[in-house]
Amino acid sequence: MNHWIVAFIVLPGMVAAFLVLALRHDLARQRLVSISSTVALLAIAIGLFVQTGSGVTQAYLLGAWPAPFGIVLVLDRLSAIMILLMAVLALAVVLYASNGWDARGKHFHALFQFQLMGIAGAFLTGDVFNLFVFFEVMLIASYGLMLHGGGERRLRAGFQYVAINLIGSTLFLFAVGLIYATTGTLNMADIAVKAGGIAPGDTALLTTGALLLFLVFAIKSSLAPLHWWLPTTYSAAPAPAAALFAIMTKVGAYSIIRVHGMVFGGDGGAIGDMVSAWILPFALVTLAVGGVGVVATRRLADLIAFSVVWSMGSLLAAVALFDSAGLTAALYYTVHSTLAGAALFLLADLIAQYRGKPGAALVAAPPMARAALLGGLFFAAAIAMAGLPPLSGFIGKLLILDATRASDSAAWIWGIILSTSLFVIIGFSRAGSLLFWKAEAMGEEVAGADVPPEPRGDDRLPAVLAVSGLIAAIAALAFFAGPATSALELAVAQVLDPSGYVAAVLGVDAVAALGR
Amino acid sequence: MEFLIASGVGILTAAGIYLIMRGQSYPVIIGLAFLTYAVNVFLFAMGRLTVNQPPIIDKAAIGYTDPLPQALVLTAIVISFGMTALIVVLAMRGFLESGTDGVESESLVAANVAAGEAEGGERAGS
Repeated sequence: MNHWIVAFIVLPGMVAAFLVLALRHDLARQRLVSISSTVALLAIAIGLFVQTGSGVTQAYLLGAWPAPFGIVLVLDRLSAIMILLMAVLALAVVLYASNGWDARGKHFHALFQFQLMGIAGAFLTGDVFNLFVFFEVMLIASYGLMLHGGGERRLRAGFQYVAINLIGSTLFLFAVGLIYATTGTLNMADIAVKAGGIAPGDTALLTTGALLLFLVFAIKSSLAPLHWWLPTTYSAAPAPAAALFAIMTKVGAYSIIRVHGMVFGGDGGAIGDMVSAWILPFALVTLAVGGVGVVATRRLADLIAFSVVWSMGSLLAAVALFDSAGLTAALYYTVHSTLAGAALFLLADLIAQYRGKPGAALVAAPPMARAALLGGLFFAAAIAMAGLPPLSGFIGKLLILDATRASDSAAWIWGIILSTSLFVIIGFSRAGSLLFWKAEAMGEEVAGADVPPEPRGDDRLPAVLAVSGLIAAIAALAFFAGPATSALELAVAQVLDPSGYVAAVLGVDAVAALGR
Repeated sequence: MEFLIASGVGILTAAGIYLIMRGQSYPVIIGLAFLTYAVNVFLFAMGRLTVNQPPIIDKAAIGYTDPLPQALVLTAIVISFGMTALIVVLAMRGFLESGTDGVESESLVAANVAAGEAEGGERAGS
């Protein structure tokens, strides 16, 4: 067995415990340990990603209990890609947070590492109940991160966030119960094998379970009308936490692909087919809600939060196809929108810090220091998010439009994606011109209008570097779009044909029983 | 017994759903607690209802009850108990800081506006 797989869970878990117990009062060393651990995670993620290039799915049996009796972690191409994305994002976020945010409350780094453990576990696990447990690990850490720094607004938004997720967890348990009652197993590979052959009387129960599970993932991936918690939470959360949360919505999308696409057979399976019919209309509503929200908000963080909702709409519209082109486009867009969303949340915080009193409110204010640098970064991140050429958002949207061309509802999908894109472009250009150009015009009017002097020994440069790193990653994703999409295509092929997955977990004999 | 358990789960869920739709945080918390009770009983029944049978291997046993749902329920109880404690603390802090028990309504909007204004000061001071 390849023991590096479990490192994604053991390493952040141990580091988090160590940070709480041994380095509680020593912020400098906390930063050092947390950053080193994140770098190590990134190195392991790259190593495992290269390994999965051979196309072999690896199963890790915890405690060497044979599947399906024990819990398994499974590393295939899709998991490796998602873990790699998480590690890249985590490094940028932890560098940004070490520039001051972690000093505003206690235990930022410990919670951060626990959250990484939960996210990595959710991407790796091959067991539905274990997926619930890792969701909870991820959420419990996110409650702490969301409330980091305190304040009434965060508490109010935090209450809603915790309440909606507790309801989601309850639904998850109901769904797990129904799946166990009908198939007698919780192992994903085993469910995939047994779902086809259950008693006819149980089909309705299993379908109910699968749909309840979809509802839970829809809450996580902010599918309208279950999206309302997202803008409140993300705009109230501290910027580094919001940037890390950008991947939590993708955990929901990943789970839909993994459970409904792979385990329940996507478009081919009776249950997967039913779910895909539910996703598309609500994905289009999500697009509309996000697009309108972007134009309607008054604060930069709210605007970005709604653009995240909007991007989830485009992503899920492509997921609903459950075919090779659709899922490839969805995965490309997943990588893109995670990086772009995170970069924008961090930038909004930087802009608010440099602006001083007006903060992130979208009102004209006197010019800020380093306006050219921040304006340039904001411009790049905004065109990436809005999907304008030449950055990855444009390529992602092109892939989605191309994949949906043959669909029956292509006219609806194209119409809504393109018209809401216009809304998002308007929203971002209005915000950008208010923040940077109006400020310049105001600066000229005000008497003695000199731009405030560059703060000497500006200590925010590491934060600027972290954001620039994310934007460089977006540019790289656009530049290497060819190799990236072919890697994603191979990952999707593994999802659509789970025989490799089943063989890795249950042995080659079980593949015949898969019946697909 | 099937009828008793099924209607028990149903009534608990219905009460929970009614309560979580209220506008005050205290009823919402009680509603969440009802929902978690309901799901615990539900999970327990998923291994089929068997009375007076051991869950572990025993030579004298004539049949077994499914041990897995019992382990799942234990995990679910621990997690939901911890989460309920957390949300109680959150609601208390929210009540102490804002003086109201409302879940959303005007208080959040007002807090949003205030935060937009206060944010600059807070961040500049960091």
